[in-house]
Amino acid sequence: MTKQEALFEYTLRAGDDSLILGQRLSEWCGHGPVLEEDIAMTNIALDLIGQATSLLAYAAEVEGKDRDEDQLAFLRYEKEYKNLLLVEHPNIDFGVTMARQFLFDVFHYHFFKELTQSSDSQLAAIAEKSLKEVTYHVKHSSEWIIRLGDGTEESHTRIQQAVNDLWEYTGEMFVMDQVDEIMIAEGVGVDLARIKTIWHDHVQQVFERATLTMPEYGYMQLGGRQGRHTEYMGYLLSEMQYMQRAYPNMQW
Amino acid sequence: MVEIKKNTEKIWELLEEVKDPEVPVLSVVDLGIIRDVENQGNGVEVTITPTYSGCPAMHTIEQEIKKILKENNIPLSKIVTVLSPAWTTDWISEKGRKNLEEYGIAPPQNEVDKSVLFANPAIVPCPLCKSKNTRMISQFGSTACKAHYQCNDCLEPFDYFKCLK
Repeated sequence: MTKQEALFEYTLRAGDDSLILGQRLSEWCGHGPVLEEDIAMTNIALDLIGQATSLLAYAAEVEGKDRDEDQLAFLRYEKEYKNLLLVEHPNIDFGVTMARQFLFDVFHYHFFKELTQSSDSQLAAIAEKSLKEVTYHVKHSSEWIIRLGDGTEESHTRIQQAVNDLWEYTGEMFVMDQVDEIMIAEGVGVDLARIKTIWHDHVQQVFERATLTMPEYGYMQLGGRQGRHTEYMGYLLSEMQYMQRAYPNMQW
Repeated sequence: MVEIKKNTEKIWELLEEVKDPEVPVLSVVDLGIIRDVENQGNGVEVTITPTYSGCPAMHTIEQEIKKILKENNIPLSKIVTVLSPAWTTDWISEKGRKNLEEYGIAPPQNEVDKSVLFANPAIVPCPLCKSKNTRMISQFGSTACKAHYQCNDCLEPFDYFKCLK
């Protein structure tokens, strides 16, 4: 694998994380539990889709095959998406949505923080821009984890259950393969082993305030980075891609 | 077509007329998103930076810049978007801050606390009655750049142009 191929894959992965979570969150539009939350979730979705635009545009440029960010977003097949399985997980309810958001936001924050030091100036610039936005995302989801965890018996039980159910999707965030190794060697990528410790401590700190129990590390689901997705992914893509598939090359 | 002036002062003046479509009292110059205007010989190059990654106003702003330059017979070579250094609310001009407040949007306060967690929300004076007795309703408001506040004294809800550093 050449450096260029690794850089394409690396940028695509980050872009797909933002894109797919942005799509998931936007499903809440018009369905939020209160108006302010409806607005908050769609604002966060907008930030994520904006980040995806920057990352996928750069991936397309690195790839050099005359594709652009829209083609990467709307015209790939399921196995060509390299997002984490966690971000494609369905919304289910507000508790599951916030648990998913929190577990990812903490990762996203520390990942981008490290990526600002990348030797690749475009990735560093995107990270610098995105980090400011993600800082607000982490605050938002952390406050909900605490409010729900340290809330009523019902909210506590449900958010704990959501965290337990999603836990097996968190291991994938820190798995490194050849792509990561090449990127780290080039000074471009982030050492995920280091992020793992920071993520764990950060999550634990919030869980303590939320009176939640850290689940045990056990079997972890993998596959997203290789394009092997959960059964939920196809439904998400069929909705996201519908317009471009039905009316090829249509413009907004 | 008029020759481009050696100095780019006139272009900066023209760009003052391009407003943020979501905050029409704020020019793109006051907002701090015009980073550079450079004479390239065959036309001017305008460098802009987005406020937020997903800001839907950026496209309209680009169109507006093109339009105003064309109307004034100034050839444009291109509009370049840069992400770094990332935009900060510190780049909003004094005039911009004043206009925001008069328009009913509280300008960004100098929030020094950069902690990710448990920071108390900024004390934001009400742009209508000037009371400091206000509360944050939501960190997220009507657009990506705003938070939602309410005044405890005059009871008016208002937008706060949130601090981004």
